[in-house]
Amino acid sequence: MNNRRRIVITGIGLTSPNGNTLAEYRANLLKGVSGVVWFETRYMGKVLAGVCNYDPLKYQLKKEVRRGTRAGSIAIYCAQEAMADSTLGFPSLDKSRIGVYLGITEHGNVETENEIYNISQYNYDTKFWSHHHNPRTVANSPAGEVTLNMGITGPHYTIGAACAAGNAGLIQGVQMLLLDEVDVAVAGGVSESIHTFGIFASFASQGALASHADPARASRPFDRDRNGIVCSEGGCVFVLERLDHAEARGARIYGEIVGHHMNSDASDFVLPNAQRHIECMQAALKRAGIGPQDIDIVSTHATATPLGDIQECQALRTVFADCPKTHFNNTKSFIGHAMGAAGALELAGNLPSFDDGIVHPTINVDHLDPQCEVPNLVLNSPQKLPRVDYILNNSSGMLGINSVVVVKRI
Amino acid sequence: MTNDQINQAILQIISVIAPDEDLSHLKSDVALREQLELDSMDFLDIVMELRKRYKVEVPEADYGHLASLDSCVAYLAPKLKDL
Repeated sequence: MNNRRRIVITGIGLTSPNGNTLAEYRANLLKGVSGVVWFETRYMGKVLAGVCNYDPLKYQLKKEVRRGTRAGSIAIYCAQEAMADSTLGFPSLDKSRIGVYLGITEHGNVETENEIYNISQYNYDTKFWSHHHNPRTVANSPAGEVTLNMGITGPHYTIGAACAAGNAGLIQGVQMLLLDEVDVAVAGGVSESIHTFGIFASFASQGALASHADPARASRPFDRDRNGIVCSEGGCVFVLERLDHAEARGARIYGEIVGHHMNSDASDFVLPNAQRHIECMQAALKRAGIGPQDIDIVSTHATATPLGDIQECQALRTVFADCPKTHFNNTKSFIGHAMGAAGALELAGNLPSFDDGIVHPTINVDHLDPQCEVPNLVLNSPQKLPRVDYILNNSSGMLGINSVVVVKRI
Repeated sequence: MTNDQINQAILQIISVIAPDEDLSHLKSDVALREQLELDSMDFLDIVMELRKRYKVEVPEADYGHLASLDSCVAYLAPKLKDL
């Protein structure tokens, strides 16, 4: 394949509940440091959540933070960090050839909840409803705020793909580069979800919200005593280029996106379908031109729901049967479920494995659920491998959306 | 409210809407838009804050009265005299 058809990652910017740079985030993944804390929310009181503490004023004026959204602020921070990390020399780039593609689970709920609460203080008189509400709640707003902040005049939009959105944003960036729509893609996923009470209330009503006396131990994928999801905010944005362009300027390359696939379960609003998940992974591997035995690390989706984790492990045991080299981990055990950012953040946390050969673990497994046994599931402590060449990143979401991305070391 | 209190109230509102700006050298008789980065959405914020804080309605036809600090005070004084 010619190098114009090969897409690589040359910049990473992120904010996670346990880190605001890739280095800090990765260090905490290797040290077993969680980012989950108690979080006060309207009507729900204290809930468990992954909360980010990046500095919004690093790249935004106070007025921009006030006028925009939390998701937009996270997106701006991550996009700016990624662009700086890429060393592309942003000021000299043709801004019309940069596209912004961000995955989100939802957008607008934060602002709508806030406005309804606001007018409830004025007897529900809609004269008190903010004129900012429309621009804050259009679904493209997190990506649009990036273009406003950075002066990017290429295309921008968000991709709604539930908890698969981070991978979906990345895949969209890859495809737009292959179509020659842009020369640089700013792609990934963001989440501001914890700033709604609704997401906590809905998961609670579903019986899917985690509870634990110790926040750091609340998100427990694969553990026998897991009891649900910890919601988190966060963001991760990648700068993507064609390989010929990256090599010509001597860019630092984090990895090449060699395979991807998305599909739909078409079976249930919320319950996952192992067979569709199997098909998704197999299709991504086929596109990558490799077999499951070539994968060194699988970053699992597992959200710590009792049924979801079991379904994923069934799928993994099928796809990766007789794959002695393949190791499995999970990032949600550290940072909770970062919703639209999850897929992107979880991939980013594994990319340094190409350099150091270490697989970060999934933490908080005191007693492995027998139905979640997968060979080489890396539990609680990191594991050193001789070499890491391929990472497969799983993300799935409500309405039965599945996504898989395969990244290769260069 | 006295004219001075009205002036301070407007400055307080502007400090929330334009938090990055230095308001200490604002000329009271010069249009706010010539001294600060304020757009039409910001002026709607001023109108909204007047509504929320002081129950004052500013009809669209009167928006021009909010052009400068002096014109704000002159316009609002009769509406706020009983507060």
